[in-house]
Amino acid sequence: MKDKKNFLNNAASSEIIDLSGIYKRYFENRENELEVLHGVDLKVKRGEFISIVGASGSGKSTLMNIIGALDRPSEGSYTLDGRDIAGANDTELSHIRNALIGFVFQTYNLIPRMSALRNVELPLCYAGVKHEERRRKAVEMLGLVDMKDRMEHNPDELSGGQKQRVAIARALVNDPAIILADEPTGALDSATGRMIMDLFHSLHEERGITIVLITHSPELAEETDRVITLSDGLIIGERKGRGHA
Amino acid sequence: MLKDNILMAFAELRANKLRSLLTMLGIVIGIASVIAIMTVGESLNKSMSEAFNDMGANNIEFYVTNRNIESDEEIVEFREMKDYDFVSDEIFEDICTNFKGRVKGIAVQRDIGSGKIGRSGKDLSINIVGVNSAAESLNKLTFLAGRDLSKRDYEDKTRVVVISSKLADKLYGSPAKAVGQQIECTLEGKYCEYVIVGVYEHKESANDFSITKSATNCYIPIKTAYSQINEEYQIDSFQVIATPEEDTLQLCVEIKDYVNNKYYKDNDAYYLDGYSNQDVIKETTDMLNNIKLALSAIAAISLLVGGIGVMNIMVVSITERTREIGTRKALGATNFSIRLQFITESIVMCLVGGTIGVMIGVAIGLEASKALKFPGILPVKWILISVVFSAAFGIFFGLYPAGKAAKMNPIDALRYE
Repeated sequence: MKDKKNFLNNAASSEIIDLSGIYKRYFENRENELEVLHGVDLKVKRGEFISIVGASGSGKSTLMNIIGALDRPSEGSYTLDGRDIAGANDTELSHIRNALIGFVFQTYNLIPRMSALRNVELPLCYAGVKHEERRRKAVEMLGLVDMKDRMEHNPDELSGGQKQRVAIARALVNDPAIILADEPTGALDSATGRMIMDLFHSLHEERGITIVLITHSPELAEETDRVITLSDGLIIGERKGRGHA
Repeated sequence: MLKDNILMAFAELRANKLRSLLTMLGIVIGIASVIAIMTVGESLNKSMSEAFNDMGANNIEFYVTNRNIESDEEIVEFREMKDYDFVSDEIFEDICTNFKGRVKGIAVQRDIGSGKIGRSGKDLSINIVGVNSAAESLNKLTFLAGRDLSKRDYEDKTRVVVISSKLADKLYGSPAKAVGQQIECTLEGKYCEYVIVGVYEHKESANDFSITKSATNCYIPIKTAYSQINEEYQIDSFQVIATPEEDTLQLCVEIKDYVNNKYYKDNDAYYLDGYSNQDVIKETTDMLNNIKLALSAIAAISLLVGGIGVMNIMVVSITERTREIGTRKALGATNFSIRLQFITESIVMCLVGGTIGVMIGVAIGLEASKALKFPGILPVKWILISVVFSAAFGIFFGLYPAGKAAKMNPIDALRYE
């Protein structure tokens, strides 16, 4: 009995993402009610690199929004790093996103008219970190993605690959529980895309960072530890990837 | 955080230079016009009150006037003034004793006309004014040479004169040389002679409101003046000089009542009327303030239009920056920090506009004051009000757009194309 309890505790602490019975409905209780997710269960271990694949309309984006604490499920429970997300209000969700999640977008989403350095500092700004500490950490992260020498440049002076590296530094700067990458190579040519993927792999391997990659490309998904296939709002397949040790 | 917001706001202004400038123009023009109006207004006010102080803010003017003058009939009948209608020295003494401590003196002044002094081929025009001793002190003369008119001069109708230093310099080279000289002048075609007993310092009038053109005023004893023009010594108007702390409005009424009850009760045609200079000052400044307010109200409309312009451009800017707002929210910005960011931006825009407006307004106002020959005065109060108002405008017109930004759903905002 005691052993079982311990086992459960260990399981809880090793699972950083715990989604169970997630439903998402839009226009609830109206004629045009639309159910997009029909009960999704997903657990992700700490330090795991998983990918979620699916065609457009499969509910991939909706699931990503829920994992990223941008949206709340209509039904079901979600704990991220031990914190309940499903019941949080808007301000709490903001704080959770700030502390636990590092976003990497397909379109980079760097703030124009702000240097790369100040873009990376931004999450620390919202976390209320003091100026010197902010600068130190931002520079450190830019070093990690090899963008230190261009940190005073504005986004429009950077190439796509450079922008995405700055975005990754920005995602890492708050020591988040997970990195949520939505088609991070989608806007890049294959060589640059390769470099970005390599960067994710090295972050995962060398620093043990948990990464959730959302992609429609089976080849990229194959590189990760585990591939989750989503179709019509349900997980229809789960297999180990090449990256699995 | 606030500092970051402010820096960000300036970066936005710089990034959209033309657009920011055009947007701020409304605020700039509004604030500039208010400040320009107020600068000229304050200068005018100061200059007016200085002029009135020169004339004597503590003076009360009295004059004998016809009882029927305010009747509605078109033709008012006048009886010619007789001896007993005029004010006498007896009345002056009575006022002085009855209002002792409140009245400093009673001034009588009679301008007997302008004349010409001919000397070494030059004709200089002068103005000859008969004064009593109180009237002389009223003109605040400082003597550079010689002496003041004396009691004997007043009583004996001596033919002596006090001239200005400007005239003395022109005629004799210096004030000291002028004393003791005899000036000859023609007054309304009549030849007359006076001995110069004193030279007073000529003061360049600070403003053009001053009625007395001290440059050419030559003062002679009042009784001498009357005899000069072959008139009997009869006074129909005088000035009461009140002590500095006296309420002249009140004193004016009291003196009028006192004199009318005692001396003009049985007079069928005439009575004593008067007004204090404070009445005039008050009326004029009230009028000026009303004009200033009316003009400012018009300028304020431009401010309102400017504010709406700021609101409009903020709405546009927020729509353009929807993705940025989504990104910021994804990175952990709360609704409050988004609201704060955009309100800061709107305040910064209005404050920059307001500051430019204040500078332009002050420049225009000072130039205009200079052109109108008033002393330029910075309307400090209005500058502060303008700055505070600009900030308030920023908050007011930023509230709606910032609220719109804060309420954006991060998912939709991130997906916005």
